[in-house]
Formats: sequence, structure tokens, C-alpha cells
Amino acid sequence: MKTISDLNAIKAKVIDKIYPKNPGEKRIVVGLATCGISAGAQPVYDEIVKAVKELGLDGVSVVATGCVGICQYEPIVEVFESGGKRVTYVSMTPEKARRVVQEHIAGGVPVLEYTVANTKL
Amino acid sequence: MDNTSILSTRFYGGQKRVALRNCGIIDPENIDEYIAVDGYQALAKVLTQMTPQQVVDEITKSGLRGRGGGGFPTGRKWQFAMGGEPGTQKYVVCNADEGDPGAFMDRSVLEGDPHSVIEAMAIAGYAIGASEGYIYVRAEYPVAVKRLELAIKSAREYGFLGKNIFGSGFNFDIQLRLGAGAFVCGEETALLTSIEGKRGEPRPRPPYPAVKGLFGCPTIINNVETLACVAQIINKGADWFASMGTEKSKGTKVFALGGKITNTGLIEVPMGTTLREVIYDIGGGIPGGKQFKAAQTGGPSGGCIPKEHLDAPIDYENLSAIGCIMGSGGMIVMDEDNCMVDIAKFFLGFTVDESCGKCTPCRVGTKRMLEMLDKITSGNGEMEDLKRLEELANYVKSCSLCGLGQTAPNPVLSTLRFFRDEYIAHIVEKRCPAGVCKDLLRFTIDRDKCIGCGMCSKVCPSNAIYVTDYTAPGRRKPSYAIDPEKCIKCGACRDTCKFGAIEKK
Repeated sequence: MKTISDLNAIKAKVIDKIYPKNPGEKRIVVGLATCGISAGAQPVYDEIVKAVKELGLDGVSVVATGCVGICQYEPIVEVFESGGKRVTYVSMTPEKARRVVQEHIAGGVPVLEYTVANTKL
Repeated sequence: MDNTSILSTRFYGGQKRVALRNCGIIDPENIDEYIAVDGYQALAKVLTQMTPQQVVDEITKSGLRGRGGGGFPTGRKWQFAMGGEPGTQKYVVCNADEGDPGAFMDRSVLEGDPHSVIEAMAIAGYAIGASEGYIYVRAEYPVAVKRLELAIKSAREYGFLGKNIFGSGFNFDIQLRLGAGAFVCGEETALLTSIEGKRGEPRPRPPYPAVKGLFGCPTIINNVETLACVAQIINKGADWFASMGTEKSKGTKVFALGGKITNTGLIEVPMGTTLREVIYDIGGGIPGGKQFKAAQTGGPSGGCIPKEHLDAPIDYENLSAIGCIMGSGGMIVMDEDNCMVDIAKFFLGFTVDESCGKCTPCRVGTKRMLEMLDKITSGNGEMEDLKRLEELANYVKSCSLCGLGQTAPNPVLSTLRFFRDEYIAHIVEKRCPAGVCKDLLRFTIDRDKCIGCGMCSKVCPSNAIYVTDYTAPGRRKPSYAIDPEKCIKCGACRDTCKFGAIEKK
């Protein structure tokens, strides 16, 4: 059974995983609610996990999350980095996702054409 | 701000996320991530620092009202269920039987942040003195069900559900119940009857569930989105929550924005945001340069907000003043191509299918109303029908047993109020202004625009298009024409014609 101090300890440990603090750490979240899944987010997620593993990237976590709310741009992939940086990729496919892992996650340069900047949102 | 982030968009900029705060951020299957974003802190706080009455007072002070549609003050509901003999069996029930067509607010919360609902139920349990809770969720939401099961399991492992939570001596546990697809089970008394293992039918109120609910015991029943606000109210304070919204409607509201709108999606805005902001700023306007006609809120129980109310702040009071309801949050945007009589018919058709049949006004009344609408949209209506329709609608509204029947006439009454001219056009001119009602449509070929290529006649599934003996000046081939007797009004010819020669009237 957890106590309140356990709660605080877990909080202190995990919060930096959700919003990475150290430069170089990245968190990739894939919207895998019903809406994302029906738009094809599962193969996107699988491809990201595979690509991260193949490239042997350290400090990168890949996480399935819920719905961020922009239905017609599913599948959505977001990258959280240190300094509160957040990049939102929309209408993703496994091919696009691999390129994001190669160029953004490994290379450090976001793939602008796939981001929300390229939409009318 | 960097324009590669969703936070920089107009879609996101006008939003304020309370119930959806963690959706799309945390891993819903990992309880540690919920804890990292202050999860279960509110439960710890109420169990160690607050009395049940203080919890209820805080919720009351926040101004939180039921997000499932009714808008009843949550704190007052909890207050009703307090007290009684010590040791009285009581229940906390979460209504996750989201059934309005086009609504998916609750599904998103359950799939993206299930622990927020579990934590809130435990808080509610402590407040009213209940040790058991039920979540009644639709079986049509398999992902939500799976994540809830997992979340309940993890919460038990961590001791946030079960015996002696946080060493306080408070016990609480939750069970899931899956709905079998009946819309009426979203109505609270029908939902409770269904949990009891009986046929999902409503029963008269009073007694209200807070007095005599599940298995005859005092029960509070709250909607998913309502519960998703509770932990934050405890953590951040009632004043924080009450600082958002309008005088009588506090906090935020989630809407599932759909229909003729550029950005469909799930949005959460402070109460009091205008429809214009929702549609033109967040929603990005109507696609194709079309004119906005109305927004339908509240699904089959709701009504339409017409153009003249675009600038009214959206809250419980303003919506009910125009014969509409907040509802659970479905918002369907309609443009000039939507026929309002057809919309009313669609929603009424839904309630006719979903009426449980227990009370006559709803079972028979809605059916007779639908028949009148059918008569009008097929071109056989008389002006007298409008009077009859309105009269019957008001009877169904005032005499039905439960919320389903009491609100079923709303789509009809609301469209009659704001779009009566469309009903009249159907009846008097035998014309559907938006060109939707098939029986009133006629497809014709402009013989001078037709070049005689014959493509339309090839795609016509009912062989209704034939060659005439008229050749327009300057054309080499004779033009085609449509036999109205054979035409099934599918529109295939019009979609195929590259010369715009086929008109729909």
C-alpha cells in the first residue's frame, strides 16, 4: 500500500520522464485512443519503437497515450524535449514516422513538413 | 511560440483543458504517470486533511454542475446522499454510457485518463460515506473498458482502492458494468436498474437516487466528465474552478465538434465562450465557403442554435433560454446544405428506435411525431400538421416518464421555432430549400447545356435518362432528358456531368 510520501517519491521520479529535463532526452507519444487506432496509429507506434531500437537511441522513450483532440489529423505523434519543447506531427504513417525518428530524434532536426505548422489549424 | 507545436494553433489556443488535461500527455496504462501529474494527491488530501462535509462544501463552492446534460449542481447531489444512519450501504456510480450520436467526450477521458475518474469516485465515496462504486460503460468502447480494467487493477495494487486507503480507515472499491447498447440506460434510473441485472428501464423520480438508488440504497450518479474535474477542484481549490465560466455555469465544458466544420475534434473551452469563437476560431469555420446555418447541441435531446445566437455565451442558462440544452457535449455544425426538417427527423428517428417502450407518451408519441415529419418531407404535409406536431411534442415533453421522452421532442420544437419557414416550404411549396428531402427533389437536364455525351445515362442505375430528339444550336448530338417517373434521385448523373447541365431543384 502506498503512503503519501510514496506518492511524492513517484511523482518526483516520473515527472521528468513526461516532460524531459535533460538535453538529449526525448519522449515520443503516439495518440492511441480509439480514434487514433482507427486512423492507423498502431502501425505508426510499432514502427517508431522498431526504428528507435534499430538506431540504438538512448534517452528516448516511446509511449502510447490518449487523444489530443484533433480528429482529422490522426494519427498524431508528439515529441517532448527539454526546455518545454513540443513538436506535433500530424497525419502520420509508418514511413513518415521512420523519417521523424531518423531526422528529428536521432538527427535533432524536426521534419517541418509533417508538423502541425503545415496545417491550417 | 514555435509553430510546430499544437499549443501554437488557433485550434488549441482558445481552449482550456481541465477534464482533458492529461489526455494525449500521459500514458493511461501507467499509474505512475498519473501520479506524476499530481494524481491521487486529491484523494490523499481529502482522506487525511478534510472531513466529508468539507469535501462536499468545496465541490458545492466550485459551482461544478453535471456534465452529462442535466446540469444539476454536483455538490448538492452529494449533499443529498450524505447523512443517514452510520453504516448505511451507499453507492457511487459513474455514468459512462455515452450514447448521443457523434459524441465521444467521455470515451476520450476514459481512454486517455482513466485514473482521474477512479480517483474522483473514491473522493465521492468518502464524501457521502459509500464503500462501493460502479462504472457503467458501454460495451461498444472496448479500448476504454480495457484501460479502465487495468487502471482499477493498478489502483488496487497501489492501495488507492481497497481497504484502509492511505491508512485512513476508509474502504472503497469499484466494479465495472458493461452496457448492452441501449441508449435509455444513459438515463440514471434506467442505468441503475440495468446494474441491478434487470431490463434497462427507467422508473419515476422521486425518489431520487440520492435517497433511494442502486439496490434501494442512497446512490450518487455522476457523469465521466463531471468526475474528471473533481480531483483538480480539490487540488487547486474551488475558487480556481469558479474563476472560469459565467455566473451560474462554472468551469469548462468539453465538446465533440463535428459536422460541417473545418477542424473536427474534441475541444474544451471555458463556459461562456461564444458559439462564434468555437466555430470560427477553434473550429476554423465552415469548409467550402458555405454559410453557417445552425449548431445542434445535446444530440437527440437537444436543439439548434441558429445564426442569430452565434454571439450568445454558451452556458446552461443561455442554451435553455433558446430551447436548447448543453447536453453531454456533442456539437454538430450545419450549413446551408442541411435541411432542418430532415435533421429533426433524423434525431426523432433515433429516439423512436431507442425508446424503451415503458411509457406511452414516449413510445407512441414519438412514433406519431415521426410519421408527421415523414408526411411533411414526402410532400404530403398540410399546414394543420405543424399545429398537431407542436401540440403532440408538448404532450410528449410533459408526460413522458424519463429524460429520454421528456427531451425527445426538443429537436422538433427547436427547428420549428427557428426554421419554421423551411417546414412551410416543404408543406406549401412542396420544396426542400436545402435540396435534401428526396421526395421533393427533381433532377432535370438543361437541354441547351447538354452536349449529348451520354455519360449521365451510363451511370444512371435506374435507366431513367434517355436521348431526346432535340439538338441544341451548335451541338452535334441530341441532348438527354430524365424521366421523373423512373428517377430515384440518387444524384449520380449530376456528379458525373462535366458540363453542369444537370440541375437539382
